[in-house]
Amino acid sequence: MASPGPAGPPAQGSEQPGGSAPTRRGTELAMLAFAAGLMTGALMLVEVNQEQQLTMRLVWYGLAYLVLFAVAHAAVRRWAPYADPLILPCVALLNGIGLVMIYRIDLALTERFGSDDWSAAAPKQVLWTTIATGLFIAVLKFLPDHRTLSRYAYMFGLAGLVLLALPGMLPAQLSEVNGAKIWLRLGAFSIQPGEFAKILLMVFFAAFLVSKRDLFTVAGRRVLGIDLPRARDMGPILFAWGICVAIMVFEKDLGTALLFFGVVLALLYVATERFIWVGVGLTLFAVGCVLAYQLFGHVERRVESWLDPFGLYETGGYQLAQALFAFATGGMFGTGLGAGRPDMLLYQANSDFITAVIGEELGFIGLTALLLVYMILALRGLRSAVAVRDSFGKLLGGGLSFTLIMQIFLVVGGVTTLIPLTGITAPFLSAGGSSLLANYVLVALLLRISDAARRPQTGVKPKPVAQAPIAEAHTVMVERPS
Amino acid sequence: MQLTRAGFLALLWLFVLAALRVVRSDLYAAAGLRVSVPGFRRSSAKKSRGGKAPRQLVVTHGALAGTRISLDGRPIMIGRADDSTLVLDDDFASTRHARISLRGTDWYVEDLGSTNGTYLDRAKVTAPLRVPLGAPIRIGKTVIELRS
Repeated sequence: MASPGPAGPPAQGSEQPGGSAPTRRGTELAMLAFAAGLMTGALMLVEVNQEQQLTMRLVWYGLAYLVLFAVAHAAVRRWAPYADPLILPCVALLNGIGLVMIYRIDLALTERFGSDDWSAAAPKQVLWTTIATGLFIAVLKFLPDHRTLSRYAYMFGLAGLVLLALPGMLPAQLSEVNGAKIWLRLGAFSIQPGEFAKILLMVFFAAFLVSKRDLFTVAGRRVLGIDLPRARDMGPILFAWGICVAIMVFEKDLGTALLFFGVVLALLYVATERFIWVGVGLTLFAVGCVLAYQLFGHVERRVESWLDPFGLYETGGYQLAQALFAFATGGMFGTGLGAGRPDMLLYQANSDFITAVIGEELGFIGLTALLLVYMILALRGLRSAVAVRDSFGKLLGGGLSFTLIMQIFLVVGGVTTLIPLTGITAPFLSAGGSSLLANYVLVALLLRISDAARRPQTGVKPKPVAQAPIAEAHTVMVERPS
Repeated sequence: MQLTRAGFLALLWLFVLAALRVVRSDLYAAAGLRVSVPGFRRSSAKKSRGGKAPRQLVVTHGALAGTRISLDGRPIMIGRADDSTLVLDDDFASTRHARISLRGTDWYVEDLGSTNGTYLDRAKVTAPLRVPLGAPIRIGKTVIELRS
């Protein structure tokens, strides 16, 4: 539902290039500058609290960040001028805070282990951010219309399945890191193909549901007042469930399995508006949980350390217990940036447990702010999905936004022991190239969809300024002579 | 030290609030959009072809007379099933009676194998038929038509 003249506040009117709809690019730039300021401030605080000199390193990180997002902003201005003005700044802020925290954890680990044992993760993360921004710009440039994706849906689906299955099939020395077989090691680099498979499969599933959604709304037998779906329509959801179980068995990756199943369920629900699919999905999920707990040792260990992290402190619960200590130390206002003890978390302080480090140093208030930024990000994505005109875009946008929220729920829920720890990275915050790359592609797609949603229809004469109150505008429309 | 700590948190929240302000300003635009735009867009898209696109479906006779459903491009399911878009409580209507769906820029009505049939104007609907503006579609005791 693009508007020939969405009644934005007059203040934004000055930013319009074509004079028809506000693009809000100026707002985006201002918010980006704000994010950059916050990031630089955070970096300075860390340096001051760590009693470091204001070294060249700081300037380098800050500059890299500024230039990167200026370039990304220019790309949005060029190729997606009507895109949502909040998505990119939110991403920039999260990524910036992530970089600062990773750098800060580097400092702590170097202090504890000495620089020889510990290779710094921050420069690597800056490098990955650069590559990710490049990919982001490439997606914006080479994908002028998201609907093109639906044409290659089955190919994407196949590619996604292959990527998902690849690490499970490969020998362990190529694909196993810390017990999870989700990696693909190529020389110096290692990537997690599952992160990309996630997006590819979502494109496939959205396109599949758009073309076949009528099938899923056909009611089958009625049991206890509930219309059950027909048995043969259960195929796709059972298939998705099977894949998730396979991921758990062959790749020992709880997080991806959960995420994947959650997204399939969400898309199915959005496409059919029938709650019964959620019911069916949750039943399958419960069955899967029980099976996994009974059959797989790694799932059982996760659950046990979730139930009693302090009891299992010496074995499996160490990190969870430390994360809880970190939250407790942080309290309401946090210890201040650079004043916590993230080295106590040991491994994965900068990936899976980065939210615990943030919770310690920024406290409940700071972490809540960051979670709100995630919420705004997903909200804008969902709003674009509501506003976009084609159902493929709606489903894809909804799915992508849901993925973001689901990921952050799994991470924060895991770290705060609301749910068992699943080992998934916080999008944009955590160190990790694949997650960053995939999430930037995700955001580029969201921007593309929001651009399509807000772009005025071409060939439509610009409506005479609709600055009047909404109620009045409505009246005008109804009385138009037909 | 304490000051910078609180200051940073305050700035963080300021970012959130600024973002919410943008959301709010956009919310009004969205509301205006919701009310005025689909019809405007459709009608002007169609104007080039010398017609007007239907914007709503109105029930003119029957128990539901007066009901209006705005057309947003999604198919309208009509029947006695609970999940129909227009749920009929009519002995002459089937569970899944008819569907009105958008193809290209035109709306088509098709009968989904109902017992008592669907009538467009006076013709029985056997294959998908294009629905002109204002043409009555009769299903059991209910008559609906598309209006702009």
